[in-house]
Amino acid sequence: MKVNFGFSVLLAVCLGLLAGLGAVHAGEGVEGTARADGLDTCVAPTAYMRRNHFELIKHQRDITVHEGIRKTDYSLAGCVDCHVRKDARGNHVAVNTQGEFCAGCHEYAGASLDCFTCHATKPTGN
Amino acid sequence: MSQPTEQPTDKRRREFLAGAGGVAAATVVAPGVFLQAVANAAPRDTAVTDDVRYGMLIDTTKCADGCSDCVSACDKENGLDLLVKPEGASDELWEMQRPRWIRTVKLRNNLTGRVTSLPMMCQHCENPPCVDVCPTGASFRRADGIVMVDRHTCIGCRYCMMACPYNARSFIHENVESKSTVAPRGKGCVESCNLCVQRRDNGGTTTACQDACEQGAIVFGDLKDPNSAVSQAMAQYPTVEIRADLRLNTGVRYTDV
Repeated sequence: MKVNFGFSVLLAVCLGLLAGLGAVHAGEGVEGTARADGLDTCVAPTAYMRRNHFELIKHQRDITVHEGIRKTDYSLAGCVDCHVRKDARGNHVAVNTQGEFCAGCHEYAGASLDCFTCHATKPTGN
Repeated sequence: MSQPTEQPTDKRRREFLAGAGGVAAATVVAPGVFLQAVANAAPRDTAVTDDVRYGMLIDTTKCADGCSDCVSACDKENGLDLLVKPEGASDELWEMQRPRWIRTVKLRNNLTGRVTSLPMMCQHCENPPCVDVCPTGASFRRADGIVMVDRHTCIGCRYCMMACPYNARSFIHENVESKSTVAPRGKGCVESCNLCVQRRDNGGTTTACQDACEQGAIVFGDLKDPNSAVSQAMAQYPTVEIRADLRLNTGVRYTDV
């Protein structure tokens, strides 16, 4: 009985480890962990956002830098905040990592993404 | 989305918090001195105007030799502490080239031997030479007097670094790995003190360096408001612009230099 119990605990631990390895690696975003996943639509209808999101943030960057206007729906920090996913350990995964929200689509579309040369790729809290 | 049943509780909580914020906003520290709460202000939704001009007064008599509290606070606030020494660079080169918005400068009067320490950063000139020489318009002066760099248009030519009489600008030589949300930066752009512009736009009333200075050597505020702490202090003490001969009308001024 004692041996059996010990064996079953060991088996459970091993299975758990295997499942952990198979499902998600650390540093890989988990489906459904972004805030955006729980929302019906972005700051504008999805079809509009797909085609025009850059127009929105391009104008936003000028009014933010030159006029100091920050209270608006269109901000790159807002994009990152809402679309960043977490890995299995609960750490944010950079949005420009291969397969993540920003990079996934830009790679497919062959559009180079320069925002993240300078801008934060995960929320930094300050 | 909040559940309809949760709304009454939520509302009460908000009213309570708003009330508490209001009380905090008017805390009296000493007669005539008010501390304004930083967090309860909303982000700016209208363009900055020239009704205000932000500036600073630095009392060098309170500035202790060897103290670098303001520099570390600035590094932390603006993500400069996230930058790492490039591979293969010597410590000496890194110290010389690492981006810093505040430098600590020591002045010695050769006749009397009196030594003065002071923090030197962008002086936020009314007539900034960096803006004059910028070929792309990236270097600009905001309506509220903050001189800053629009990195979206900066091409990294570094004319402004040559033009600045205060050696206030830094250049980012290498790719930046860890970035801060409030202070984006990348290889090939120039940058300098922007009077914690993110705090200005989010309703903050102080700068990081001012908060860090235990001696109270730094007073920040609106130079156009005669009742602001900085205007009051400037009216009371003799102040100087560094390199006043250049007639730049700097927004940062010093006493006892």
